[in-house]
Amino acid sequence: MFKSLMTWVDDRFPATKMWNEHLAEYYAPKNFNFWYFFGSLALLVLVIQIVSGIFLTMHYKPDGAIAFASVEYIMRDVPYGWLIRYIHSTGATAFFVVVYLHMFRGLMYGSFKKPRELVWLFGMFIYLALMAEAFMGYLLPWGQMSFWGAQVIISLFGALPIIGEPLTLWIRGDFVISDATLNRFFALHVIALPLVIIGLVVAHILALHEVGSNNPEGIEIKKHKDENGIPLDGIPFHPYYSVKDIVGVIVFLFFFALVLFFAPEGGGYLLEHANFIPSDPLKTPEHIAPVWYFTPFYAILRAVPDKLMGVIAMGAAIVVLFLLPWIDQCKVKSIRYRGTSFKVLLAVFVVSFFALGVLGILPATPTLTLLSQIFSLLYFGFFVALYFTSKNEKTKPVPERITK
Amino acid sequence: MMNFFGKSLISIILLGFSSLVMAAGSSVPLDKAPGDLTDNESLKRGAQAFADNCLSCHAADYMRYNRIGKDLGWSDIEISDKLINTRSADGEKTKTGQLMKVAMDNDYSQVAFGTKIPGLTVIARAKGGDWLYTYLRTFYLDDSRPMGMNNLVFPDVGMPHVLWEKQGLQKAVFKTEAGTDGNDKHVFDKMEIVQAGTMSVEEYDAYAADLVNFMVYMGEPMQLERKSLGIKVLIFLFFFAIVAYLLKKEYWKDVH
Repeated sequence: MFKSLMTWVDDRFPATKMWNEHLAEYYAPKNFNFWYFFGSLALLVLVIQIVSGIFLTMHYKPDGAIAFASVEYIMRDVPYGWLIRYIHSTGATAFFVVVYLHMFRGLMYGSFKKPRELVWLFGMFIYLALMAEAFMGYLLPWGQMSFWGAQVIISLFGALPIIGEPLTLWIRGDFVISDATLNRFFALHVIALPLVIIGLVVAHILALHEVGSNNPEGIEIKKHKDENGIPLDGIPFHPYYSVKDIVGVIVFLFFFALVLFFAPEGGGYLLEHANFIPSDPLKTPEHIAPVWYFTPFYAILRAVPDKLMGVIAMGAAIVVLFLLPWIDQCKVKSIRYRGTSFKVLLAVFVVSFFALGVLGILPATPTLTLLSQIFSLLYFGFFVALYFTSKNEKTKPVPERITK
Repeated sequence: MMNFFGKSLISIILLGFSSLVMAAGSSVPLDKAPGDLTDNESLKRGAQAFADNCLSCHAADYMRYNRIGKDLGWSDIEISDKLINTRSADGEKTKTGQLMKVAMDNDYSQVAFGTKIPGLTVIARAKGGDWLYTYLRTFYLDDSRPMGMNNLVFPDVGMPHVLWEKQGLQKAVFKTEAGTDGNDKHVFDKMEIVQAGTMSVEEYDAYAADLVNFMVYMGEPMQLERKSLGIKVLIFLFFFAIVAYLLKKEYWKDVH
């Protein structure tokens, strides 16, 4: 019965073919470790955000006069509205946590290298769209930090020569952040950007499945195939990695629930205290800082004394990540077989990124600004040094087959 | 190797920056609010104090009266008798299902107090219970202010000391201390009661504590439910994790 139904469908739509190509007969290297959970987890968080977002949209009002009240209405009067809202707000942080770890994995094991440059580029575009999505979503609760955070970030575009001021006006739809801004950010947050992100995620996965997954050894498993053309060191994604990823999902959900149920405000770093005061264009909060996932770039922005140069530096900090496949010219992929220079550089990069993240939260004092400048230089220094050292790196021989 | 790498990185950064983070704190040390959200009687006293003292100028207009009744165990009639003091334009008493609004409008408050009067529904989430507890107890006499009063944690506050009859009037004693930059600076030392109120210091502190406790509850009325649901979810996930792990192990037996 089921079989004949599937045949009927398969004659009209490639259901079984797609299932096989992407799951049951997609051969992944057998040696995925802990770091390989974060791709599937990012997909999970995307679904969590979309589903919780749909329910929030049913009750939220994108109107400058009642937006703040509608969020509190969700928190109080909508049955389990508080749960949905906290899922969505905690989900934003979780998204960036898993995406940052996912990107770091790529960095460590050289997953961005030939032939996976497009996988990396699609991923970087997802990251970019995700930043826009998070930024616009943060305006919607319409608290003080929503308002002033958006005010600060949008005014950055004003630093661009000639087009700057008209551009900020065009983005805001008004001379200040206002109802017009709230409405368009709502439209972009719930429709435009999610569509873009979903499209990019599909492209990211299709590109990955075209070339096949990298692994912690950085060995191409497609080099050694059996008589049926199946990679000798590969195992079908389903059921092996589907059951393994379920374990990852549960462990992730455990930590997710810890934040969601016991610290949804994250000590004022996830839901900022000032954002429980309705937006007021006449009162600037004492200290304006973006949410943690933007702070490394915010620190780079503030490290540069000139506003325009700061904006350019911040943009460059993101653009340079796109170029990674061409900056890193080492033929060896995995950190396991790369030279000491790469390990040191990567450590410096990670320390700089964390340090900038902390510095971006703190108020700017002369000492902290100096630190931001040092770590900004180290951040960019990673890419420059990598470009020059990676070509002639002292690497170890990479095994032919996966043995561990 | 990477796990160790990651962990040691985080600890190095936290160590390095903790001193800087501390320096960015508030200038006046806050007193710890002795709040307890499971103490229903305290919450009830706090709700009463809130309705009697705050809810004539400050609204709590994201909160409904009957939500308090449902959470703290008051019937609609009790809620109406104890907490509701407002009527509609045609004289009908506010219903228990309505939001906790007040008659005060912004134009009037701008003239009378020089500022808009903030709603208090989520004020505890913006300021924190400790801040509110300290704020309510640190009004002091200051001739330079229009109302003759100032506040330690909210300098030049527009709000008069509404609870002065209960607390009495106090003056702030400052002492001079050598600052780290070499200049002497005024630091708050202690409060001295100038004119006794109807309550003793302990009674007033307890009154303020109940009020703050209620405001912390009101800021997030479901917070106890949130935690108890959280524990159930974690227990479920814990057992689910074991099952999922055993399933994975079973499937992976034949992978070498």
